[in-house]
Amino acid sequence: MKHFISTRELDKAEAISLLDATHDMAVARATKESSKTGLQGMTIANVFFEDSTRTRLSFEVAARALGADVITFTSAGSSVSKGESLKDTLKTLEAMGADAIVLRHAQSGSAETVVRSGWVGSHIVNAGDGTHEHPTQALLDAYTVRCRLLGSTSQGRDLTGVSVVIAGDVLHSRVARSNLWLLSTLGATVSVAAPISLQPRGLAGMGVQTFSTLDDALDSDPQVVMTLRVQRERMSSGFFPNESEYSRFWGMTAPRLAKLGDHAIVMHPGPMNRGLEISSSVADSARSTVTEQVTNGVAARMAVLQRIMGGNR
Amino acid sequence: MTTIVIRGARQMGGETADIVVVDGLISGEGQSTVTADRVIDASGLIALPGLVDLHTHLREPGGESSETVLTGSRAAAAGGYTAVHAMANTNPVADNAAVVERVLDLGVAAGYVTVRPVGAVTQNLDGLQLADIGAMAASRARVSVFSDDGRCVADALLMRRALEYVSTFGGVVAQHAQDPSLTVGSQMNEGVVSTELGLAGWPAVAEEAIIARDVLLAEAVGARLHVCHVSTAGAVDVLRWAKRRGITVTAEATPHHLLLTEDLARGYSPLFKVNPPLRTAEDVEAVRLGLADGTIDIVATDHAPHSVDAKEGTWADAAFGMVGLESALVVMTKALVETGLMNWQDIARVASTTPAQIGGVPGYDKPLAVGSVANITLFDPTPSTPWTADRLAGRSVNSPFQNLTLPGRVISTIFHGKETVRDGLVVAAEELMR
Ligand SMILES: [Zn+2]
Repeated sequence: MKHFISTRELDKAEAISLLDATHDMAVARATKESSKTGLQGMTIANVFFEDSTRTRLSFEVAARALGADVITFTSAGSSVSKGESLKDTLKTLEAMGADAIVLRHAQSGSAETVVRSGWVGSHIVNAGDGTHEHPTQALLDAYTVRCRLLGSTSQGRDLTGVSVVIAGDVLHSRVARSNLWLLSTLGATVSVAAPISLQPRGLAGMGVQTFSTLDDALDSDPQVVMTLRVQRERMSSGFFPNESEYSRFWGMTAPRLAKLGDHAIVMHPGPMNRGLEISSSVADSARSTVTEQVTNGVAARMAVLQRIMGGNR
Repeated sequence: MTTIVIRGARQMGGETADIVVVDGLISGEGQSTVTADRVIDASGLIALPGLVDLHTHLREPGGESSETVLTGSRAAAAGGYTAVHAMANTNPVADNAAVVERVLDLGVAAGYVTVRPVGAVTQNLDGLQLADIGAMAASRARVSVFSDDGRCVADALLMRRALEYVSTFGGVVAQHAQDPSLTVGSQMNEGVVSTELGLAGWPAVAEEAIIARDVLLAEAVGARLHVCHVSTAGAVDVLRWAKRRGITVTAEATPHHLLLTEDLARGYSPLFKVNPPLRTAEDVEAVRLGLADGTIDIVATDHAPHSVDAKEGTWADAAFGMVGLESALVVMTKALVETGLMNWQDIARVASTTPAQIGGVPGYDKPLAVGSVANITLFDPTPSTPWTADRLAGRSVNSPFQNLTLPGRVISTIFHGKETVRDGLVVAAEELMR
């Protein structure tokens, strides 16, 4: 594996192997056992054309934990925007010695375009491309699900029999897409709960069951509810009318949590809009995996960087 | 006096006959009675009238890095065209007599095809106030097709006024049917593939709703309407209904919408990014059938050259559009003739006679008839070869057909009695000057 662009192209064996590698990294970090040998002497460039402090920091911590040097380029918020050519930026960073480029970009397909174009020879990791994919997020999510539901016997196993509801703005969500593909590949059943205005066309054709409201989806007794961050600007563009209506029909609230089975979990990729897509009582409950997801994110990104840069294991 | 004898071509794909061209006209004299300056052995070739494109972006003035009137004229000749309509979305916009006369003059100077400037409907294509429509109609360019192409005349009242005002001068409004509010940020056809790729969807209804509105407006005010680049099955249905109702509407389909589908967006190659977007296989089939049954009147290329830079980056950053003049006839052969939907007479109608009629281009009403202006295309339908960039003759190479195996080749194009393409190659500009 030279690049990590998409969960859609992972087969089941690769996906399980990455989950297992994530587990190894998580154990190593938890026991403070040094893993600083993997990528010693290598340089990883974090290239963020779109602001995401959390993802950027997570990749930085992961890279340093593996002994790599990190350089960071961010253009969001600066005067550099459209005029800054993706091609020229990447070529510059490669010339500075970047062995791998972790790319966050506002446009769908940017990471795939970089790989196809052959502009640079570096490894490319997709850290989120527009409304397309966020594959390391899906990996950490799938790992979190496997840990929580299968516990200590989870190594080597897939997610057959697990049912997951993804709730919220699936239309604009790269997290939803990457999860949909990865979880399905791992054998989980994935359904979607969202207003129809936020459901992309053709989900049924992709084998995804769709529910209009979260209550309908919860009646199917899922073991995992994955809530998505909702952007407030979706109201002004008419996808839904206001916050109270959103939380009434699609918010993950305490009464809804009570409808779930004993071991069911609630996930959120962060940052959360408390009181909108998830209530504080749910977010801070024992059923919430929000902080575990952050911890697991470092391990998952270590696993990915090690896999693509560390040669064949 | 120049005399060309074309030996043994199948006239419109039918009977084999010789064509004698004397001084720019198709002559009734037998070939034995004339002294030929040039004899073209056309056995096995199909003789068609010179093709007429109602929808060409020549980019000059302002976009000379991707195309000029001269280079676009060469691309047209290479594709068997003898007349093109140059769209108004240049910089400055062709919204006044000075710009359309300049484009006209550049076309005459280039000498490969008749260049008919299209005038903008609104000033600067802004969709707010009508352009100098009367002045352009009365100019030396005699503009009769008006279009804001690239943008839709979205405001219903302004569209109504445009239909009325343009008909005052006997012209036609060619509408780029795209409801802007339904296509904010849209990147590709809305459907399974856009969902998969995370690209903002471009719903079919954004095209269909404007066409439905416009045919009703045209009926209400008794004006002619032309619909550019029809791309959806629903749009074909609306047009079929409108024609049955007796509304004076004409419509065009592009070669790419007759052959290519949205699936090509997988991989994010901007070569397949176009406005309106490539649609589904069902849409392609409906557009083909619409053309075959006369619901859609013509094929128009929407030749839209772009520099390599404009087509190199990410999908969203890249420009919309694809070149199409050089490949139009081979794509029509593949999509319409080889499928049995059309014969060569039909091709002559949809690619020459009718577009000339809509655009008001004289000399195309009696294809290949004695006494007509000698605008002739000789086409070899047999070779099936991979379409490669070396078949392109304009300044830009953004062809979506590259590496597709496509049938046929334009061997010769004759424009006003002069060869502009000989043995498959565009003749040098210096030779045309003579
Ligand atoms: Zn157009």
